[in-house]
Amino acid sequence: MNIIVCLKQVPDTETQIKIASNSQSIVTDDIKWVMNPYDEFGVEEALRLKEKHGGEVTVVGLGPKRVTESIRTALAMGADKGILITDDALNGSDSLAHAKALAAAIKDLQFDLIFTGQRGVDDDLGIVGATLAELLNIPQLSLIIKVEVAEDGKSVKVERPIEGETLVITSPLPALITAQKGLNEPRYASLPGIMKAKKKPLVEKSLADLGLNVADFGAGARKMKILELTPPPGRQAGKIIEGETPQEKAAQLAKLLHEEAKVL
Amino acid sequence: MAQGVWTIAEQRDGKIRKISYELVSEGRRLADALGQELTVVLLGSNVKDKASEFGPYGADKVLVADDSRLEPYTTDAYVSVISQLVKANEPGILLLGASVEGKDLAGRLAAGLDVAMAQDCTAFAIENGSLVATRPIYAGKAYAKVTFENSWPQMATARPKVMSVREPDPSKSAEVIDAAFTLNDADLKTKVVDVVKDESGKVDLTEADKIVSGGRGMKGPENYNILEALADVIGASVGASRSAVDAGWRPHVDQVGQTGKVVSPNLYVACGISGAIQHLAGMSTSKVIVAINKDADAPIFQKADYGVVGDLFDVVPALTEEAKKYM
Repeated sequence: MNIIVCLKQVPDTETQIKIASNSQSIVTDDIKWVMNPYDEFGVEEALRLKEKHGGEVTVVGLGPKRVTESIRTALAMGADKGILITDDALNGSDSLAHAKALAAAIKDLQFDLIFTGQRGVDDDLGIVGATLAELLNIPQLSLIIKVEVAEDGKSVKVERPIEGETLVITSPLPALITAQKGLNEPRYASLPGIMKAKKKPLVEKSLADLGLNVADFGAGARKMKILELTPPPGRQAGKIIEGETPQEKAAQLAKLLHEEAKVL
Repeated sequence: MAQGVWTIAEQRDGKIRKISYELVSEGRRLADALGQELTVVLLGSNVKDKASEFGPYGADKVLVADDSRLEPYTTDAYVSVISQLVKANEPGILLLGASVEGKDLAGRLAAGLDVAMAQDCTAFAIENGSLVATRPIYAGKAYAKVTFENSWPQMATARPKVMSVREPDPSKSAEVIDAAFTLNDADLKTKVVDVVKDESGKVDLTEADKIVSGGRGMKGPENYNILEALADVIGASVGASRSAVDAGWRPHVDQVGQTGKVVSPNLYVACGISGAIQHLAGMSTSKVIVAINKDADAPIFQKADYGVVGDLFDVVPALTEEAKKYM
C-alpha cells in the first residue's frame, strides 16, 4: 500500500515564544525548528504499515528550505521519497492555503492512506488534515490512536478517543488519518538509515510547478486576518503557604481554597 | 447579506453536552451586540424533545435535524447536513465547541465551505459588525486576535469551560423548526462499529472542574494512588505531565501540556511538576492553580495562586484529610 505523510516544522516545545515588534508574527531568531511532534507519529505509523503490508511511503513537507532537514529525518527513519513544497509566495499563508498546496502536490500521486498530525503545535488550528481530505474528497479520521488496515488493503479500522469513550470506526480507503499522541512511539533514525536517506529522492516543488497561482497564497490572500499577537495574560505568582509542618500547610491551603478561592 | 448567529449543539446519546450551553450563552451575547437572531442547530436521532432546552438560555430558534443516521456522530453525515443548512440560510456567524467532535466537524465544514475557521477560541467580540476571535497559539504561549476576510460565515470553535453559561430563564422559549435536508447513504463512508466506554468513570480532563496532576516528582506509577485519593475527595480527575507519560507511568490521554490536553479547570493542583514551559502552556487558563513541590525555585510557583514548598508525599495526604472538612 502507498502512504503519504505530510509534515511541517514547528518551534521545539521548550521554546519561549516572543512576539515581534509588528505584533503580527513571532521572533524566529534562535528558534530550534523540529518536525511537528504529531507529524512524527504519522511518519512512524506509515512505516509500520509499510513493514506489514508493503508499498511505499512518501513524505510531503511544506515550508522554507529548512524543512528539508525534517524530510531527511523521515527518510532516515525509513520513508522512501520526499517532496518539499517551498516557495517564497507561501510566506504568511494561512492553513487553508497550505492545505491547497498539499492537495495539489498529492492529487496525482498513488495513495491508499494519508497521515497528517492532528494539529501543528504552532498555530494549533488543526485544520490542514480536514481541508486536505475535503479537497481530495476522501474520508477523514481524526485524532486516531490505533490503525488497522484490512488484509485486502481496501479498508481501515481505527480507534478514536473522545471525551469519556473510545470510538471504533471503519472507513474505506483511500482515507486521511490525523495522528494523536498514543498512536505509537516514533523510532530514532539509525546510522545506516541516515546514510541511506542521503541517496533517497527528494524533489522541490514551487507553487508554479504545482500549477497554482501565487496570488492565492501569502499574507494578502489570508481569509483569517491576524489583528494582533499578544503575550498570554500574565499570572501573578501567588501566595506561598507558610507553616511548620506539612499538616499545617495543608490545613492552611485547604482553608484558603475554601474561603478565598471558593473552589473547595 | 449573511445574518444571524448560529451555534451547533452537541449531544451524546440524547443528552445535551455542557459546551452547547456555553455556546448558546456566548452566541446570545454576540447576537445582542449585532441586533440579530440566535439559532441553535441540533442534530441527532429522536432529539426533537431536547430542542426546548435552549430557549431559556437565549436561543430564538432551534433548527432540528432528526435522522437515525445522525446518531452516533460521524463527520460525513454531520458535515453534509450542516453545510446544506448553512448554504440555505446563510448565517453570519457559525460557532461550534472545540471538543473532539466539534473540532473534527468544524475543520471539515470550513474546508467544504472554503472559509477560514478560528479554532479553540477563548473570547469573542463584535468589532465594526465583524466577529473578532481571541485564540491561544503555541498552546497559550501567545494569543492571537483574528478576524475574517471574504469568509462567510465567520466560523470559530470555543474552548470548553472558558465561556460562562447564562442563568436560564424558564419563561423564555425558542421556535423549534424541522430542518430540511437530504442524506445520501452513499456519502456516508465512515461507520462507528463500536463504542468502548471508559469504565473508570473519570471526567475527561478537558471537561473536568478540578484536576490533580502529577509529574516527575511522583517518582513512579505506584505513587499516583496518593493523587487518586485526593481526587476522590475533591471530585477531581487525575492528570500528568509529559515526563510522567513518557516514562510510561500514566496513559497518554492523561497528559496535560503542549503535546497533550489543554485544560481550563476551576482548580488545578500540580504535584511534583516543575513547570516546564510546554506543561504551563497546557494549564495556564486554569482559574486557580496550586503547586506542591519540594523545589522552592521551580518555575511552577511563578504561575501558581497558592504554592506549598514541601514534599508532596507528606503534603498531599495531609491535604486530602483537610479537604474532607470542606466537602
